[in-house]
Formats: sequence, C-alpha cells, structure tokens
Amino acid sequence: MRAYRGRALLLALPLKSVIQRFAFALLVGAAITVMILSRAEPRLVDNLRGAVSDAAAPILEFFSHPAASFADLVEDVDAVLVVHEQNSLLEKENAALLKWQSVAAQMSRENEELRRMLHVVPDPEASFVTARVISDSGGPFVRTVLINAGKKDRVRKGQAVINSEGLTGRVVSAGQHSARILLLTDLNSRIPVVVEASRERAVLAGDNTPHPRLEFLAVDARVNVGDRIVTSGQGGIFPPGLPVGVVSMVAEERALVQPYVNWDRLEHVTVLDYTLPGFLPETKRAGRIGALR
Amino acid sequence: MRVATWMERSELQLRGLTPFAFTLLMVLAGAVPWHLPNFAPVTPAFAAMAIYYWSIYRPDKLPYAATFSLGLLHDLLTGTPLGISALVYLLVQGVLNSQRTFFHGKPFLVVWWGFSLVMPGMALVSWIIASLYFNTLLPAMPFVIQAVLTVLLYPLFGLLLSALHRHMVRGA
Repeated sequence: MRAYRGRALLLALPLKSVIQRFAFALLVGAAITVMILSRAEPRLVDNLRGAVSDAAAPILEFFSHPAASFADLVEDVDAVLVVHEQNSLLEKENAALLKWQSVAAQMSRENEELRRMLHVVPDPEASFVTARVISDSGGPFVRTVLINAGKKDRVRKGQAVINSEGLTGRVVSAGQHSARILLLTDLNSRIPVVVEASRERAVLAGDNTPHPRLEFLAVDARVNVGDRIVTSGQGGIFPPGLPVGVVSMVAEERALVQPYVNWDRLEHVTVLDYTLPGFLPETKRAGRIGALR
Repeated sequence: MRVATWMERSELQLRGLTPFAFTLLMVLAGAVPWHLPNFAPVTPAFAAMAIYYWSIYRPDKLPYAATFSLGLLHDLLTGTPLGISALVYLLVQGVLNSQRTFFHGKPFLVVWWGFSLVMPGMALVSWIIASLYFNTLLPAMPFVIQAVLTVLLYPLFGLLLSALHRHMVRGA
C-alpha cells in the first residue's frame, strides 16, 4: 500500500506542476485577451464594470465611512492647530463677502430687469443629483472615482460632475446604483473650456498629472498666469460658465491649469442633468467630439 | 482514530480560505477613498503584499485562478484598464513560485528584501503595459512613489500576515 502510494505521488507531483504551469500560461493569456478586448470593445467592458460596481457599491460604501472618518480626524487635529489664525482670517473675509453679497443682489436684480427688457432666451435650468464618492482610482493608472448614484437616480453617461469648488469631471459609465466619474485630470479627459477674461476657446486635456493643459489654443491667444478657466458649453454637454480652474503656468507652446477642486477631499459630488431644449440626443448628433462619448 | 465532525471540517475549510479572504480585503482597501493628501494616485499596492506573502508560504491556498479573479476585481472597481492588475499579480505569483523555497525559513529581513526587489519590477511592468495600452507615456513618478510606499509599508503587513498565518495553522 505504502509503495503504491509513493509511486502515485512520484507521478502526481510533476503532473501537478505541469497543470499549474498550464493554468499560469492560460490565465496570463486570458488577462492579455481581456486587456485587448477592453481596448477594442469598451462598451462590453462598460456593462461588466457597471454590474460589478453595482454589486460592490454597498460594501465599498460601508468601508468608505471609516476611511472618511479617519480623514476627518486628521483634518480636525489639523484645524485645532490653526483655529485662531483662521478665525481672524475668516472674519476679514466675511466682512468683504458681505459687501459683495449686497453688490451681487443688486446686480442680479438689475440683470433680471435688463434680460426682461431684451427678451433674452433663458438658459435651461439644470437639475442635479448629489452622491457620495465610494471608490477611488487607487493606483497610478487612471484618475476616476465611483459614486453611489446610477441610472435609477437619472445619472447618465456624459453628464457633468461638479462639487462646491468647481468642475470635477464627467460620468463615463453608469450602472443602476453606481456610476464612474472620469476626473478632469485623467489621461482621457477632454473638456471644452474658455479663458474667462479673453474669451479664448480651448480644450482642457488631462494627462494624469495634477495640472491638465490647454490644447487647441489660437496661435495668438492671450493667456496669462492667474486667468480663470470656465467651461464654454460647446457641444451642449456641459453648462457654460462652470468654474474649472486658474492658469498656473504659461510657456512657449503650452499652458497648464490648476483645477479648483481639491482631489483629496472629494467626498460628495453633484451630477448635473443638463439638456438643451430641442437638442438631439447624443447618439444622433453630428460631429461628436470623440472624447465626449 | 476519531473522525472529524462536520463542524470541525467546515471550520478547517473556512480557515483555508483566509489567504483568499485577506487578499480580497486588501483589494477593497486599495479601492476605498482614503482622503489623504495626494494619496489616490500612489495608493500602496495592498493586494500585492498579500499575494507576495501567500505565494511564499501557502501557494496552495491562493491558486492562480484566485489571483487572476482578484486582479480583475481590482481593475473593475478602480477603473483601471481591465486585465492589467490581473496580469501583473499573476506575474508576481509566477516569479515567486519559482523562487519561494529560497525564502522558506529565512528571517523576515530577507523576505522584505525579496519584496523590495519584486515591487520595482512590478511597477516597471505595470508602467510599460499601461503606456502601451494608452499608447502614450504615462507619468512614471506615481509608479515609483507607489512602489516605495508599498515596500516601506510591507513590515507592518508582514506582521499582520504572519499573525493570521499562525492563527490559521493552529487550527489545522
């Protein structure tokens, strides 16, 4: 019996290693195939992503709470240390803002009156959904986040995403209860923008660094460090005038932008549902910009 | 000889799941937002630490198919191009499978040293594959910082993992 078992083991061990090697080669091949497939057929992968994100959303949400409270604790300790300094700063700022508030109220009244006199077509009102960030890009490959709102909450692919500071990105895929947001710093992000002061149009192109660059600027464009960048509303996907960031560097052939959004504190975001009246649905539009799909 | 009861057998099986369950937890840890300054792009490769450890000590409890599916899950949850992590994790495990007997019975420092060689290799391969995938050179710095962070964090997780491992063996 023992001898037989020994012989069986002698045979089984190399066999096991052969099977293992075969499994290894097979799975490496499968990984490469999946990669090529996801590149060639992104739609297929989008659906899978949506389904898996939906399934994982409750778990991720559960885990994202302790992570957020840990971050809050760090922030609290930080805040206590600078509370006095910050207080006097805020008091000064508050006084200035109160002055601006009365100016803004007056302007807004005046603006309304003038618009009425000129019969200006009003911009469509954007409705919105606010959701919690439940997953991060967690690595050096992409700049995306997952939120806990999806098709059920009328979140759809292509919608603009903002937070209280400014434009965050856009929805790239939506499941039933979750959606993935492509941040404007991602390699694949392209957003039509305009330099607020000079009205120069450009495309804000992310490259996975914290500073996306302005592309397709006119040759003689006047762009200076500190200029505000806002969305242009071209393409009808994003409402015009959303704050994006400020120009942080201008060199010979490129201009970089510092976004307003603080990526470390991205806890809640707002998805804008903005459709121009009488606008064709995205799929029927001519001359789509590839990156906007 | 006493035959193990159903309870005992299922407990044993549950303990056998520890490597997979822990690695799964590490995949989730890599996906949750930590809200730490500049952390997201350089989030340590938590799962890589777990895969490294179990590939050395209990490769039978973390088969290639498990590693592959955990890699896919990581890609799906984080929005990474599908297949990249699956491939990279498999390669880490493949390399270790040929070298693991070297690490058996070696002190912790040697195992850590081994990890400090594996991690930069993993970062380099990830960077090359991702750059090919996106057809452009990705900024390399986040990959470098991620590798350094992961290597520095390894002792902490190594302790945790060996405690788990001891617990797992004691029950067996």
